Amino acid sequence: MVSYVLKRLGIAVLVAVTVSLITFSMIYLSGDPAVALAGETATEEDIEQIRRYYGYDRPILVQYADWLFRAVQGDFGQSHYLKKPVGDVIFERLPTTMMLGLCALIFALTLSIPLGVLAAIRPNSLIDRVALTIAVVGQAMPSFWFALTMMLWFGIYWRLLPITGSASWANFVMPSIALGYYITPGVMRLTRAGMMEVLSADYIRTARAKGLRPITVLFKHALRNAIIPVVSLAAVQFGFMLGGSIVIETIFAINGLGFLAWESIQRADLPMMQAIVLVLSIFYIVLTFLADMLNAWLDPRIRVA
Amino acid sequence: MSERILEVSGLSVEIPVPSGLLHPVQDVSFHVDRGETLAIVGESGCGKSLTSLALMDLLPPKARRQARKLELEGRDLTSLGERQMSDLRGDRMSMIFQEPMTSLNPAYTIGDQLIEAMRRHRGVSVAEARDRAVWLLEKVGITAARGRLGQYPHQLSGGLRQRVMIAMALMCGPDLIIADEPTTALDVTIQAQILHLLADLQREFQTGLILITHDLGVVARVADRVAVMYAGQIVEEGSARDIFQAPTHPYTQGLLDCIPIPGKTARGAHLGSIPGIVPSLVGEMQGCHFADRCRHARGLCRAGAIGLREGAGQSHRYRCIQSLAEAAAHLIREPEAVG
Repeated sequence: MVSYVLKRLGIAVLVAVTVSLITFSMIYLSGDPAVALAGETATEEDIEQIRRYYGYDRPILVQYADWLFRAVQGDFGQSHYLKKPVGDVIFERLPTTMMLGLCALIFALTLSIPLGVLAAIRPNSLIDRVALTIAVVGQAMPSFWFALTMMLWFGIYWRLLPITGSASWANFVMPSIALGYYITPGVMRLTRAGMMEVLSADYIRTARAKGLRPITVLFKHALRNAIIPVVSLAAVQFGFMLGGSIVIETIFAINGLGFLAWESIQRADLPMMQAIVLVLSIFYIVLTFLADMLNAWLDPRIRVA
Repeated sequence: MSERILEVSGLSVEIPVPSGLLHPVQDVSFHVDRGETLAIVGESGCGKSLTSLALMDLLPPKARRQARKLELEGRDLTSLGERQMSDLRGDRMSMIFQEPMTSLNPAYTIGDQLIEAMRRHRGVSVAEARDRAVWLLEKVGITAARGRLGQYPHQLSGGLRQRVMIAMALMCGPDLIIADEPTTALDVTIQAQILHLLADLQREFQTGLILITHDLGVVARVADRVAVMYAGQIVEEGSARDIFQAPTHPYTQGLLDCIPIPGKTARGAHLGSIPGIVPSLVGEMQGCHFADRCRHARGLCRAGAIGLREGAGQSHRYRCIQSLAEAAAHLIREPEAVG
């Protein structure tokens, strides 16, 4: 188990370093940052001055090492636009995004896992068809369109829920559903497929031959094995949601990381964008690592592998 | 007078398939006494596994079971609901499956899986159930049993897993154990060990044992009585001695011809084989199921259903129109024909 954890941890660190390198290189892919910063009316001298001021005249590797060294200490530099430390702004916004992501994940899992299980127990039944419909609609509908539709009905016509802001829990209901619904189909279909496969396994017959109650057979013996691939998928999807929250947060004007990312892109605030991408990536890596740990706990065969 | 544990009469299984109604088990009757081993023999697809699953009420969802009589220790199983049936499963009757590699849940320790049935049926404490599990693991020949409780199935070999399955079946001290090809998936060297183990335990615990197998060598070693199945029917039933010494049904005779006997079968001699394939069991079937592969078949064989007749031995029955004399003549002639 210890060697498995260390191995996964090592991989996580390697991925994080790679991501940071790509994140950093982004500056140069989008053109000369000094020119972008100086604005259209700047002279050659202005640009040169800015280049020296921000240290863009140094070799790239030196810049990267410097940036990375500071980044691991939580110092992502100054925001070009807000004139505040990037780190402070990010950690101010982060809880909101995490809250949204978590609510969306809880919504998605509480909807998709029970539906997937029910659909697997009674394939081709009414409940299976309802679940399939929900999945197809979820897969086909863009989340921004779904979000706007919800706003229209629940927010404007019926006035049940606030349509913008992040002041109270009520503000999170629609965004969580919009964000969570997007990952529901995948999780639900995988749960269904996994359950169906596991339910026909020999060890389920063994469990039934022991006279165990159907509930025990279903949840203890079947679900634990069927859920293993679902955990991996849910972790990846949760990562997608953090990224996908850029759209949802913008629509609902939620002061989270996604909204900040959208603002920063508009303001060409490079240090901010870099830091947001890096933070989201690190989140993604941490989630994958946690999913691996959860799976190792669920499946003893992974632990020794 | 031995105690009757299981009485089966007129057991049939039907499965609807796209091309009609499949009859994999047709009008099967047998009984098992306490301390007795009944072997059900037949080639794959003859319905022997479905027969055992039908007894446990573990048939696939689409399959339908019918029986005139299905009694475990005098209790009518046909009238029991799923709930009452699950009270008996794993308690009074338990099952050992063919595939030890996949019959244990990979996610739980063997200790956990061993104690489940006893916890469910007896409501004993975990400690008490674990003590019995350790005791039984030692009985089935597993060393350092207490340490094994914390191990997962993938850490055990196939032979060890099958021993665990046997211990699991014995947890509640059942009256009847059904072993469905318990040695088929194991190495030949392990097969004999597992078989002897089953026979020893059965003697010690005085349970009834139904041993389902296609291996007549296995049967010869441990069975008291044998039922030979072909295409969903029992074609011959009797004491192991009768079946091996005086097989009466052409199919049984054919099966026995297929086994080389050390010292008797000449080196290089052709082994017997039964030509043809098993008939389709979809729809109603006229006459003898074996007629198409039988070299003694005549017109009468296909005329109508063939009933069971009394054979030479005690409680010896066979499903064929040929007389005992004809069967005996075949037995005497056969070795020369083969040689």
